[in-house]
Amino acid sequence: MTTPQISIRNLCVDYITADGDVRAVNNVSFDIGKGEVFGLAGESGCGKSTVAFSLMRLHKPPAYISGGEVLFDDGNGAKDIMKYSDGEMGIFRWSEMSMVFQSAMNALNPVIPIVDQFTDVIMRHTDKNKYEAVKRAEQLLQIVDIHPNRLSDYPHQFSGGMRQRLVIAIALALNPKLIIMDEPTTALDVVVQREILQKIYALKEEFGFSILFITHDLSLMVEFSDRIGIMYSGELIEVAAAKDILESPYHPYTHGLGSSFPSLTGPKAELKGIPGNPLNLLDLPQGCRFQARCERVTDICRRKATQLRDVQAGHLSNCHLAVGGQPIAIVETEAVAV
Amino acid sequence: MSNKYGELLVEGQNIVKDFKVSSNALKQPLMRASNDVSFKMYKSRGMAVVGESGSGKSTIAKMIAKMYAPTAGKILYKGRDIQTITHRKELMTYREGVQMVWQDPFGSLNPTHNIFHHIARPLKIHNKVSKGNKKELEERVYELLEQVGLIPAKETAAKFPHQLSGGQRQRVNLARNIAVGAEVVLADEPTSMLDVSIRAGVLNLMQEMKFDREMSLLYITHDIATARYIAEDLAVMYVGHMVEWGDTDQIIHDPQHPYTQLLVSAVPDPGKSIHTKLAGNKGEIPLWTPDSVGCPFAGRCLHAVPRCKDEMPAAKQLAENHFVRCHLHE
Repeated sequence: MTTPQISIRNLCVDYITADGDVRAVNNVSFDIGKGEVFGLAGESGCGKSTVAFSLMRLHKPPAYISGGEVLFDDGNGAKDIMKYSDGEMGIFRWSEMSMVFQSAMNALNPVIPIVDQFTDVIMRHTDKNKYEAVKRAEQLLQIVDIHPNRLSDYPHQFSGGMRQRLVIAIALALNPKLIIMDEPTTALDVVVQREILQKIYALKEEFGFSILFITHDLSLMVEFSDRIGIMYSGELIEVAAAKDILESPYHPYTHGLGSSFPSLTGPKAELKGIPGNPLNLLDLPQGCRFQARCERVTDICRRKATQLRDVQAGHLSNCHLAVGGQPIAIVETEAVAV
Repeated sequence: MSNKYGELLVEGQNIVKDFKVSSNALKQPLMRASNDVSFKMYKSRGMAVVGESGSGKSTIAKMIAKMYAPTAGKILYKGRDIQTITHRKELMTYREGVQMVWQDPFGSLNPTHNIFHHIARPLKIHNKVSKGNKKELEERVYELLEQVGLIPAKETAAKFPHQLSGGQRQRVNLARNIAVGAEVVLADEPTSMLDVSIRAGVLNLMQEMKFDREMSLLYITHDIATARYIAEDLAVMYVGHMVEWGDTDQIIHDPQHPYTQLLVSAVPDPGKSIHTKLAGNKGEIPLWTPDSVGCPFAGRCLHAVPRCKDEMPAAKQLAENHFVRCHLHE
């Protein structure tokens, strides 16, 4: 097996608050292979964006990374980027790992023409002069199907979909090995969304980078990702291949997420959703974090803390009931058959 | 006025709405946000309006809510043109019958007042409780909160909006609709800011309001899958035009207008692959003005013929409850 592009080990992120420290990300570990699309899904506040920000080490107080390793393969073996100095991190960011932020409207500076926002990042990281940087910017614009003569326009002169493509083009500027995409298409229409994701996929095939894809739209994620991790209140609770995550989930939360989506084509079933509200991280229960909303809760869930482990080849879950058990959907079809 | 769908509550007849796009008084260019739109909303039935942003979905809801007056055409409420409703008393009755739910549950509640205030206010304004009877008011507020699943009601009533989650806030908004006994609820993207696990509960509550309280629901969304879940009728809008409308399932399974086909092909679905080809061309969305001619989708359509650029197609009935505006079906 080749070394993964990035390997996250026991990552913890804390927020300092007046009521004590809150652990927003607790012992999260996963790998992303080279050229792989890894999806991270969960409700708002579950810590998925916090994970993305800590990979770039972009957190500012009151948030800080309180533990864990992030091993990144830059071509000369895996290095822990948590140990990088600020200067090394400044060189690392964008040239090795770049990010597409949630809202493209806010990620671009509204009072500076697009061309300067491209040349800024290119000239900061390479020896290119202004002329070469503009040439590169023109190239990048063509990659995302925007005419190069629009380089001197301001962000407000572009539509939402075009702005999103501009942000993606800036992320591609230095040929990074990993691109983090934090809800890259959330504010867009479905048609534009699909156009952009198809574009990203084609670029990935062409340039071979890996993607960490974050969204709360599970149907979209299943289509786009190779593997998916589901987060709940700061913990990674299930990791599996994209198609397995909805078809044969082991964790009741994943199963609940799957049955929260109305289907476009299948029979109309009543949406169950998941009862209750997300957890307050200041008031954590003993044992499993999902126990209050879980239908299958048993005694052990209230006592013993959970841990993510293999339940079947390539499928991890932290549910106490998952080990040696059956995927939830399969159990239910059997019950109907009897 | 009733037929097999039940009582007709709101009817739009060839509504046109123009907006000024520039404040320059000499130029006065107009933008046509809604062009020749007709629809019918029945008691205990949901109508979903889908389309991309800027297609004029919200404009329709705002015209029904009397926030804008149509430039041409009529909106009838129980057979009466709503533009003729101008007296204070009549307006109060109209607003009692027609209520709105907004997209942003964080912006639609006053942060400086508690939940009790939000529910009590419509009850008092519309005289739903006897004046000065504090006990009756309290009981009614708690009852309403329980009905929308905000339990324990007493504790919830004392809370402020910032102490509730998005889903809980949207339930407060729905409780306000129930409080005045609304017959028509205009819901503008009510679940698009909610998490999926919470969204299902709010959708089910709206479903319950539609059936148990016989409300007529206008559900504006860009999510066709939830539209299918909650609405019997579907209207697809493109650049201010209703291009296809009728029975929801029929349209989703067998879309007839090229734009609907494009839209349905783009909806994320776990069974699809990201490589599924889109059923349409890339292209700019036109700005529609009163002088524009032709079909607004002609520039992106895979099947466009020359007359599509010159002539707006008329509405064509394909089945009992399935209409389309497209030259391919004439």
